[in-house]
Amino acid sequence: MALRMKGVSYEYIEQDVLDKGELLLKYNPVHKKVPVLIHNGVPLCESQIIVQYIDEVWAGANGASILPADPYERATARFWAAYVDDKLFPAWLGILKATSQDERTEKVNKTLAVVAQLELALAQCSNGKAFFAGDSVGFLDLVVGCNLFWFEALRRMFGVVFVEEGKTPLLAAWAERFGESGAARDVVPDADRAVEFAKKLMARRGSAPAAN
Amino acid sequence: MAGGGDKLKLLSTWFSPFGSRVQLALHLKGLSYEYVEEDLMNKSQLLLESNPVHKKVPVLFHRGKALCESMVIVDYIEEAFPDAGQPLLPSDPYKRAIARFWVAFMETKLVEPWMRMLDGTRTRAEMTEGVKQMLAAVATLEGALGQCSKGKPFFGGDSIGYVDVALGGLLVWVRASEVLLGVKFLDAARTPLLAAWSERFASLDAAKAALPDFGRVIKHAMMRRGAAAAVLAANN
Repeated sequence: MALRMKGVSYEYIEQDVLDKGELLLKYNPVHKKVPVLIHNGVPLCESQIIVQYIDEVWAGANGASILPADPYERATARFWAAYVDDKLFPAWLGILKATSQDERTEKVNKTLAVVAQLELALAQCSNGKAFFAGDSVGFLDLVVGCNLFWFEALRRMFGVVFVEEGKTPLLAAWAERFGESGAARDVVPDADRAVEFAKKLMARRGSAPAAN
Repeated sequence: MAGGGDKLKLLSTWFSPFGSRVQLALHLKGLSYEYVEEDLMNKSQLLLESNPVHKKVPVLFHRGKALCESMVIVDYIEEAFPDAGQPLLPSDPYKRAIARFWVAFMETKLVEPWMRMLDGTRTRAEMTEGVKQMLAAVATLEGALGQCSKGKPFFGGDSIGYVDVALGGLLVWVRASEVLLGVKFLDAARTPLLAAWSERFASLDAAKAALPDFGRVIKHAMMRRGAAAAVLAANN
């Protein structure tokens, strides 16, 4: 999404994370994880770090600035981005990894609590505007937004709903706008592919199966 | 909340390694600030209002705003005071990404396992696993120091940088953990570069100002461990 925002073209290489290839082990020996951006033959790892790198290398490209200019606004975006990485991602991933119904329920509740906090964050950050970053998509929108297709996958698998008009009205409206934005449209994968992958992952791990 | 103007105010505890990181950055930049000690056993209104999400220190107040999360605060100091002292991050985007990478690594691979062990409720097996993870993290950081410093004194090269501040803030606690856990993390034989780096770092003026006294930290940790053990004993 960050590359799309900057109008930068790139070659995409799909990595099977259940069967890691030589390229991944070579370019990310420390974590052996995706994504890895290779620029001028040199690897960059860790998604939030890569996005900041892209923002700095292609500063002023397409007029799009991913992080805001003001130091306090940058700090706010970084604070919530850290919160998403530390609290949101492990919570919903825990739903997939759960080996019992009780554990699953616990993770679902954790995810709901985190999403409720993000609803408040959106209210504060957006100040009534369309996105976390204001009038257009920014860093925090990308960081939160990339989880949305997984929320939809989890809904299809377990019937859990994390973002809905009744409980999180701001996020619900934002999610629709985000999905249609230039940054996300055509880039974000289909939820069904995520469901397929999740089932493979869960079978491998021997997690408690989904209802469907 | 805090008063306005350009004055800086830091809410922290004398033993917080995360607070030390912020103090290091402020000292290195030559920025003066008011320090307010927080009692984590009896959290103040100021803390609860300024950091409602985590209710943790450090919190930096500037221009009527509250900044939370130690490295987010360090980034803020770097960006809000561009003319103060030396930059902690290099100007090259790739080198900046590398510095951020190693700080992120430190948080998940060194700090997280360590904080889990500190809560005083771990089993022996969990403690052994935690120590193993920490030792592995330190071994990787030894390699990182070699790569980043390229023979110079710090991760940042000739002068202190972002990674130095992030790791340096933890220094007294790492040393204290060596005593508490009976494990040498910064060992001249296994991690010679880091061992030398830690001596060098500890002798800096900024470190002397920002890091707590080692003896005091040991005493505090023993008291906390005693208290946790007492709670465990009472509940069993």
